[in-house]
Amino acid sequence: MEYLIGIQGPDFVLVAADTVAASSIIQMKHDYDKMFKLSEKILLLCVGEAGDTVQFAEYIQKNVQLYKMRNGYELSPDAAANFTRKNLADYLRSRTPYHVNLLLAGYDDHDGPALYYMDYLSSLAKAPFAAHGYGAFLTLSILDRYYKPDESVEFILNLPAFNVRLIDKHGIKDLEKLPLATTSTS
Amino acid sequence: MALLDICRHQDWKAILTPFGAQNFSVSCGSEVSCDEFKVPVGVDPSTFMNTLSENDGKLKLQFNHGTTTLAFKFQHGVIVAVDSRCTAGKYIDTQYFKKVIEINPYLLGTMSGSAADCVYWERVLAQHCRIYKLRNKEEITVSAASKLLSNMLAGYRGMGLSIGSMICGWDKKGPGLYYVDENGTRLSGNMFSTGSGHSYAYGVMDSGHRYDLTIPEAYDLAQRAIYHATHRDAYSGGTVNMYHVKQDGWIKVSQEDVGELYQKYLFKRK
Repeated sequence: MEYLIGIQGPDFVLVAADTVAASSIIQMKHDYDKMFKLSEKILLLCVGEAGDTVQFAEYIQKNVQLYKMRNGYELSPDAAANFTRKNLADYLRSRTPYHVNLLLAGYDDHDGPALYYMDYLSSLAKAPFAAHGYGAFLTLSILDRYYKPDESVEFILNLPAFNVRLIDKHGIKDLEKLPLATTSTS
Repeated sequence: MALLDICRHQDWKAILTPFGAQNFSVSCGSEVSCDEFKVPVGVDPSTFMNTLSENDGKLKLQFNHGTTTLAFKFQHGVIVAVDSRCTAGKYIDTQYFKKVIEINPYLLGTMSGSAADCVYWERVLAQHCRIYKLRNKEEITVSAASKLLSNMLAGYRGMGLSIGSMICGWDKKGPGLYYVDENGTRLSGNMFSTGSGHSYAYGVMDSGHRYDLTIPEAYDLAQRAIYHATHRDAYSGGTVNMYHVKQDGWIKVSQEDVGELYQKYLFKRK
């Protein structure tokens, strides 16, 4: 089952996604990237029904980039999140709803780091930490217990391989792939 | 199809719809020139498909899913191998069906799922690739070709298309292999197998695959993987059609009957 997690720190957002693209019992790819770069400081993590994920995420990605081309400046993470939610909501009661679960993580130069949780019913919530997938049932309670908004964050990821990225005022940075390791950030 | 496009401005409506069907968008024979997605008149395709597949409906259409196809990359390019059995439910239509479409001398497309859907949509893809070449004076990349197919299929999401295809080729970025299916999935990778026998093929292919295979070893691996799938899967069989995509284009390596392969492998083991 696909897994996404995001954690907001004092001046950064840390996000991770698993890297498996599976079709029933077969792992078709084990190095699949589920993060879509919307702009220099915004990442959209997308899981859900095959096909829907890429089609919807690329649609949002291209439209965010188009906004920058037309207006000369980038959409803020808050605006991008609401734009994404509106699109999900519009398609929800159509003949072709998109079954996707999303996390949007971004750094706004004025408002700082932000993490938004969205699901296939087009709910939107700004949260200090969030997760999607069966793994969320286990990790959300860990985060509830140990998360503190302004302290350094330490957490353990337990899947064979993860894509981990950090967003801060400098942009998006790829952290090393984790094979059963702990990571600490400050 | 090209000739029909040139004659487009003529009123074909009167000729093609002799019974005077109304509200019929005339296609003039070519998908390529039309922007809109065509659906049957007045019927919602998704509900229509559901009524046909229900067990207690009067008519139960059985879609062809019986196939094994595979493709893998290695140091000398891409090997593509497919079986050739075409089934409609329990009935074998033919044992000699061509499941690889030769899009251009550098690009191949495999077919699994519904035979009609695959043949039609991959031909449309071939049209698009040809037009790309005429407009841009260079061959289309494997990535772009697979994206074209994927986007075409995404438009018909939920309407009952059944296509599991691998687009294989060699372009300026090197050997390319993409898996595209009717959900809209498009994956780039080193090894894929599709169809009802795909799991059997994966078993043999995964175990024997290395990047540094020699060409004869790669041919043997691909042939064995399809053969083993046809042995276990009732809906796969006939012959093994094998292609090798190299830098200067693809070649058809062989077409061998699986019955003869059975004797060959049996003999070798003894």
